Amino acid sequence: MSSTVLSPPRHYLNDGYGVKSWLLTRDHKRIALLYLAGVTFFFFVGGAMAVLIRLELATPPGDLVSDETYNKLFTMHGVMMVFFFLIPAIPAVIGNFLVPIMIGAKDLALPKINLLSWYIYMVGGLFTLYALIAGGVDTGWTFYAPFSTASSTTNVIPTALGIFITGFSSILTGLNFIVTIHRMRAPGMTWFRMPLFLWSIYATSLINVLGTPVIAITILLVAAERLFHFGFFNPALGGDPVLFQHLFWFYSHPAVYIMVLPAMGVISELVAAGCRKPVFGYTFVAFASLAIAVVGFLVWGHHMFVAGESVYAALIFSILSFIVAVPSAVKVFNWTATMYQGAVSWETPMLYAYGFIGLFTIGGLTGLFLAAIGIDVHVTDTYFVIAHFHYIMVGGTIMGYLGGLHFWWPKMTGRLYNEGMAKVSAVIIFVGFNLTFFPQFILGYLGMPRRYHAYPPEFQVLNVLSSAGASILGIGYLIPMIYLMWSLRYGRLAGSNPWGAVGLEWTTTSPPPTENFETTPVVTWEAYDYGSTVEGHVA
Amino acid sequence: MPDAAPHALPDAAHHTLSQPTQAEVALAHQFDSLEQQRDATTLGMWVFLVTEVLFFGGLFTVYSVYRSSYPEAFAAASHELDILLGTINTVVLITSSLTMALAVHAAQVGQRKALIAFLVVTMLLGAAFLGIKSVEYYHKFVEHHVPGPGFQFEQEYFRHAQLFFSLYFMMTGLHALHMVIGVGIMLWMVAWAWRGTITAEYYSPIEISGLYWHFVDIVWIFLFPLLYLLGRHAH
Repeated sequence: MSSTVLSPPRHYLNDGYGVKSWLLTRDHKRIALLYLAGVTFFFFVGGAMAVLIRLELATPPGDLVSDETYNKLFTMHGVMMVFFFLIPAIPAVIGNFLVPIMIGAKDLALPKINLLSWYIYMVGGLFTLYALIAGGVDTGWTFYAPFSTASSTTNVIPTALGIFITGFSSILTGLNFIVTIHRMRAPGMTWFRMPLFLWSIYATSLINVLGTPVIAITILLVAAERLFHFGFFNPALGGDPVLFQHLFWFYSHPAVYIMVLPAMGVISELVAAGCRKPVFGYTFVAFASLAIAVVGFLVWGHHMFVAGESVYAALIFSILSFIVAVPSAVKVFNWTATMYQGAVSWETPMLYAYGFIGLFTIGGLTGLFLAAIGIDVHVTDTYFVIAHFHYIMVGGTIMGYLGGLHFWWPKMTGRLYNEGMAKVSAVIIFVGFNLTFFPQFILGYLGMPRRYHAYPPEFQVLNVLSSAGASILGIGYLIPMIYLMWSLRYGRLAGSNPWGAVGLEWTTTSPPPTENFETTPVVTWEAYDYGSTVEGHVA
Repeated sequence: MPDAAPHALPDAAHHTLSQPTQAEVALAHQFDSLEQQRDATTLGMWVFLVTEVLFFGGLFTVYSVYRSSYPEAFAAASHELDILLGTINTVVLITSSLTMALAVHAAQVGQRKALIAFLVVTMLLGAAFLGIKSVEYYHKFVEHHVPGPGFQFEQEYFRHAQLFFSLYFMMTGLHALHMVIGVGIMLWMVAWAWRGTITAEYYSPIEISGLYWHFVDIVWIFLFPLLYLLGRHAH
């Protein structure tokens, strides 16, 4: 329309131009885009390591890189992906953008702290990148003592400090979300009218706030042990290395839920919008998020079945690990029940939702194998474990992240991406992912250990399949980069509600104005009120 | 006008041509009222303190594990700490919590001079604590009780006493770091009070700084018996 050319509508993207208006912004939507740039960058750094790992493993002998280099590659792949991509991705990008809009607020409660947490994140990330360039680190992302404290001669302290620093960004973002959800909801936006994404983000924030400080102190203990010859985890000095593992997994197991809970929240939104139905059993899904957050804190011992844990402790951790699967299963069943007799869509976000549900189910069920002590002892430290957690983290978190990014991209940018290319890349990612990681289940079951750069020739066929899958997966990740960037300039205008979805974010313009709404909304309807307000499907 | 009741007015009313009141200046754009702002910032500080509990909680866990594993060595090492200086420091810190509470009260009733005075006294007590702590650290250094190559202790408990002192320095060191940050916050709050930013309508910065100060105080209330007192009668 010509009128839009004459007086472009005011929105957050044209409310101030120039570097300063971005680097000093307190607008949660702009900070979300700053995070988007950050996590995308670290994703491709971590991805580059994965490429080298899979290239090395294409042939049985360790011929491409030395064993030392290989150790550094998988360590930095894990560190980059876990701490600088998977943990911040959905909360800090999609959550930052949506939390205030979904509750009808003008911004997060603490906008300056929000900006601060982005800077902390970038400083921590660049610090870790420095450690990588200055020689790398070879302990594995788990930093097990006493190797990390007494033996390793690589850059343990810079890497650990980078993770320590970034931890504060998680804590501050989680704190900000908790305060915002408690204190900033618009009139009428009760807890049980909130979109399920917010329940997930709230549960995630609880884990961030309660778990992250424990990894922070653990990292400080490791650093102090290296620097000052303290002996907290060194048996030669009276310390206990298993205590390190307890402290490490007290955070790092719940961290898995930090990664996957927000993805579950995204999937609830996608499934509701894609089926034009309220999510089946809203309260069950909402409380399942909290149950995962709570029980998730009580299962860390299943990482130590072979590390010298008492039989009784192992039994209890095993039972609790089975129990934590229940709320996850509740979610999967409820999404499926939502789809039943729904007007199920085949648009890109829904493709990612289908992918998530399938892959997360496989990842979750194999998690039960690992929770059973007998099987765990057999497959500990094999590729079975690698395949299992990649199904959760990549098949779960990245599917949720990409699904959410596609779903809310029109809201964030005001533009539509190329639906055809998006569908093709979603399928490529799904196929590539399964080809990469399914063979690893078999490899692990056959006994191929993790963290070696060479392997016996009989494992080659499955490894070649995996490496071939990884290259397909890599292409699948590159295509969205292209068409999403392209859409920024050439994409069709999205309009305020391209999916015909309900939820406060679709009642404001795309992109939203700086204060999100012209006037503070008053909520008089329940979440996913598709019965009464289905709108014409524009896109 | 003491009470402009900004929360009762729509947003547009803030941008009138008349001079904005101090309370209106203090209200950040994302909030509807100062009351909501105060609620949010206070909750934020409480959540932050929860993370602090877990942060120190990790240390307390490590301490508990080794204390129960090596009780005799820990009791022997604990005996080397200076209980007089530790007790004086405990009194200093509890007194600083009192002056902090008085500062919050002074802020609430809008007594600017009393507020500044109590904040300064709180800072001085905090600095006194850190001074006494440095003296203790210096003694440990002289007595070769700093873990590392120069560590000396009776042979029987050598390894585990070193573990005790590692924990001692880690726990009191992180506590002292929190004290330094607390003194820095107090300095900042004195500047705000001096400029007149703090009023009877807008005192939540003082209130949440106080929460932090009391928390750091409480950490010491746990550190003191764990490190100085437990098992002392055994030697």
